Amino acid sequence: MTPEELRKLAESQEEARPAPRHRIKICVAAGCLSAGSDRVRDALQNEVTRRGLENECEVQGVGCLGLCTMGPLMLVEPDGVMYQNVTESDAAAIVESLGKKPVEQLVCPSDMSFFTKQYKIVLENSGVIDPEKIEDYIARDGYTALARVLEDMSPQDVIDEITRSGLRGRGGAGYPTGLKWSTVAKAGGTRKFVICNADEGDPGAFMDRSVLESDPHRVLEGMAIAAYAVGASQGYLYVRAEYPLAVKRLRTAIRQAERLGLLGNNICGTTFSFHVDIRLGAGAFVCGEETALIASIEGKRGQPRPRPPYPAEYGLWGYPTLINNVETFANIAPIIRNGGDWFASIGTEKSKGTKVFALAGRVKNTGLIEVPMGITLREIIFDIGGGIPDGHRFKAVQTGGPSGGCIPEQYLDMPVDYESLAKVGSIMGSGGMIVMDETSCMVDVAKFFMDFCVSESCGKCVPCRVGTVQMYNILNRITSGEATMEDLALLEELCDMVKYTSLCGLGQTAPNPVLSTLQYFRDEYVAHIVDKQCPAGVCQMRQ
Amino acid sequence: MNQPVRVKTLKIDDRDVSGREDETILEIARQNGIFIPTLCNLQGLTPIGACRLCLVEIKGVSRLLPACVTRVEEGMEVYTQSERLQKYRRMVLELLFSERNHICSVCVVNGHCELQSMAQVLGMTHVSVPYRFPRLPVDASHERFVVDHNRCILCTRCVRVCDEIEGAHTWDVMGRGIDSRVITDLNQAWGESETCTSCGKCVNVCPTGALFEKGKPVSERLKKRQFLPYLTMMREERR
Amino acid sequence: MSKKRIATVWLDGCSGCHMSFLDMDERLVELFQQADLVYSPLVDLKEFPEGVDITLVEGAVSSEEDLHKIQMVRERTKILVSFGDCAVTGNVPSMRNPFGVNAVLQRAYLENVTLHPQVPREVVPALIEKARPVHEVVKVDVFIPGCPPSAQTIFLVLSDLLADRMPDMAMLTRFGA
Ligand SMILES: Cc1cc2nc3c(=O)[nH]c(=O)nc-3n(C[C@H](O)[C@H](O)[C@H](O)COP(=O)(O)O)c2cc1C
Ligand code: SF4
Ligand code: SF4
Ligand code: SF4
Ligand code: SF4
Ligand code: SF4
Ligand code: FES
Ligand code: FES
Repeated sequence: MTPEELRKLAESQEEARPAPRHRIKICVAAGCLSAGSDRVRDALQNEVTRRGLENECEVQGVGCLGLCTMGPLMLVEPDGVMYQNVTESDAAAIVESLGKKPVEQLVCPSDMSFFTKQYKIVLENSGVIDPEKIEDYIARDGYTALARVLEDMSPQDVIDEITRSGLRGRGGAGYPTGLKWSTVAKAGGTRKFVICNADEGDPGAFMDRSVLESDPHRVLEGMAIAAYAVGASQGYLYVRAEYPLAVKRLRTAIRQAERLGLLGNNICGTTFSFHVDIRLGAGAFVCGEETALIASIEGKRGQPRPRPPYPAEYGLWGYPTLINNVETFANIAPIIRNGGDWFASIGTEKSKGTKVFALAGRVKNTGLIEVPMGITLREIIFDIGGGIPDGHRFKAVQTGGPSGGCIPEQYLDMPVDYESLAKVGSIMGSGGMIVMDETSCMVDVAKFFMDFCVSESCGKCVPCRVGTVQMYNILNRITSGEATMEDLALLEELCDMVKYTSLCGLGQTAPNPVLSTLQYFRDEYVAHIVDKQCPAGVCQMRQ
Repeated sequence: MNQPVRVKTLKIDDRDVSGREDETILEIARQNGIFIPTLCNLQGLTPIGACRLCLVEIKGVSRLLPACVTRVEEGMEVYTQSERLQKYRRMVLELLFSERNHICSVCVVNGHCELQSMAQVLGMTHVSVPYRFPRLPVDASHERFVVDHNRCILCTRCVRVCDEIEGAHTWDVMGRGIDSRVITDLNQAWGESETCTSCGKCVNVCPTGALFEKGKPVSERLKKRQFLPYLTMMREERR
Repeated sequence: MSKKRIATVWLDGCSGCHMSFLDMDERLVELFQQADLVYSPLVDLKEFPEGVDITLVEGAVSSEEDLHKIQMVRERTKILVSFGDCAVTGNVPSMRNPFGVNAVLQRAYLENVTLHPQVPREVVPALIEKARPVHEVVKVDVFIPGCPPSAQTIFLVLSDLLADRMPDMAMLTRFGA
């Protein structure tokens, strides 16, 4: 397919599908699916058929609409009405109401700040297109960035554009993407690889899953552009085995793209070829670490190795390898389409663009959100999240999962960007955001994450393998009222040692939840130790 | 055609030293009589940077780097003995002693053990973290050798020597985190292993009393490692 | 200058460390010109006195009785010395720890006994769940590893302590011997 044909196809898509009068878009991403949205979709379809409205109304399964707690969620167009908590028995009433007054008791107010304060780039197609139809993606300018790149940009042009955009890796560390690409591009040799890291293993995180389930082509397009820029012809998508729906949709997407000549040999009729294969993750959090991931693809035990050398020089099977996160790749096509300067105009000085977060915990609206960098935590939690429910008080927000920290109230007006979060002892991480109120015990929270690190430590290096267990045991003694102030001192020494001596990011960041809660909530630790009391009333003290 | 090997000059503990670009900080330190403690590393086996004893400070680099895998670079300024490093190294040892059951007084390698002597050399007089006292098995099914998991520090020297030198790949590591354990074949008894050639290399490279030969008095349990550099040299030449 | 008051106590150990102490032979005379031995299993005194300058503790903390004793000793001592591997690491007494108290009592008093097998409930003090090194129970100031530490090591450590110096244990001895 040439770029010209692509444009034609996009247009013919529009024509071939004369917009039906009504379109019902029901979310069939994992959250709503688990609430039975597939049955609701079928019930709606049956209802439409029963009334003989097939030409009037189309029922379409789409990706995540964001407000997952209220699922199954659906959107009726062109009325622009959103319904929440829909069940099969609502199907008749909904179809009946088309073009008339909406079904009052099901309406989800879509003018709420949950929707208006968001800014969608990565999720622009989520909930809009059918993820299993490449035509839907193409109709929304899909693959035009790839076509443009192949048509009139040199690899260096592409890298320059990405560099100009200021995009930084969304997998956690925030490494400048343009710089990484240019390192791989400069590395010698003819064999290179592009890997998409979709091993998302933080507890509670589902940003990447949602992108893959709702808009898989966006990731493939980003990977193909990257491959062109760095000079690779083979790519791997390393996906958690626990994401069967994402895998299924990716398989479909790859097949469709290959059929249209947008992946595979001689893409868009050029000499550029790029093949993508899926590899299923071994189910360990540490396999998301880039060197462990590479080892896992090579069929070895998924354990990190010391860096340098970095994968950019010495990666998969020893060849230069570009490895980026799902969300990073999902930003590429829009940057090429709209220009690096456009992207750089969103966000803060050092953190450009948007970030997707999985908002969870003690807020009214939980779900998947995309916000411009630089938005304050207060806006996220109180405007988008709708504040703390049931008259409780905000206490802290945890970002970055087991590698991050707890941020207290005094920093609520801080902008969300890489540097600010790091300054207060947390990290951007991959996008987990858990809000806590006064019913959460901070020691207990720290213990929860340490427990996670203990069970996810790969066991290769001593500080992480044994140190995390020792730290967990101390936290356990603290929460059961058996610890002394000497134990607390030992805990702090271990935090310092594990942080600076561990081999990979897992161990190096494992102490962060403890360090940040100690920094802001030390009195809670002391209350457990000295007064044998849990101020939040969570921990059971052994007398 | 052979590329010329470049030589790099650097400083270790304020001493001017030099080394080939493909040599590690550890190798150059040793050539110059500068002591950097190690446990997982053994000359002749692929270094893995796992025990973290050999961490050093490099001026201008915020992270501590393992000397056993870090290549020398021009102008590097390496520090190997800061207070902080010494404290971390003692803590690494303390964690290792606390992890399993090390009762030196009754151990088969008492007096010939690298972990034990490292504790002495690095001035670790006691273990400040609580001992875990896990319950671990001993496998004496092999006709000549025994593996005692109570003494294993998971350095994987056995795994590497058996794979890289003997080519048998009998050893592997099973489980993860604190539950990691070395296993023979698919976690079968060593005595039933079909891959083990009984060459004894793993026993000789094991730094502790985790692998030992049956029926020898403690005084003769000196491990013989001289074969390693020789074997690797021969292999390199054959390539 | 008044003489320093030294004591030695014996918890769960084999007395080997005390034997090594006696191996100092004639150097004992030298030491006890500067110090008095105010309590020890080697001398016949009932009550552990107050105001002891230096106490050497042999053995791990294994029973309720050890627990009470070491707490009392700690209160009455300025410089507490973990003396030998049993005190420093738990050593041989800790070998029971992975198995739990019950399994050990079963094996010792029932399975391996042919005549009147029964677990003693009186006379023998109750074992605590795990035999612990002394510093896991009370604060310890100086550690002398070794099973047993050599007479020479003990002499050097005591000489230093008597001269109000903290001994540098690093190269003096190692675990095990
Ligand atoms: C323990 C650990 C787990 C990680 N898990 C993930 C993951 O699930 N997904 C991901 O994209 N990056 C993960 N990373 C970060 C990757 O190593 C790597 O930095 C990232 O994929 C690079 O992509 P980026 O530059 O686009 O962020 C993890 C790192 C560590 C240390
Ligand atoms: S830090 Fe933890 S996860 Fe990383 S290599 Fe070490 S043991 Fe494995
Ligand atoms: S292996 Fe070494 S450190 Fe462990 S008990 Fe034996 S001698 Fe001691
Ligand atoms: S004896 Fe030789 S073959 Fe057998 S496990 Fe050891 S190294 Fe491998
Ligand atoms: S058995 Fe010995 S060589 Fe093998 S991992 Fe354990 S300590 Fe290392
Ligand atoms: S350390 Fe050794 S000599 Fe001393 S009491 Fe314990 S077993 Fe006996
Ligand atoms: S999964 Fe349906 S709205 Fe997120
Ligand atoms: S010797 Fe370098 S990490 Fe073990």
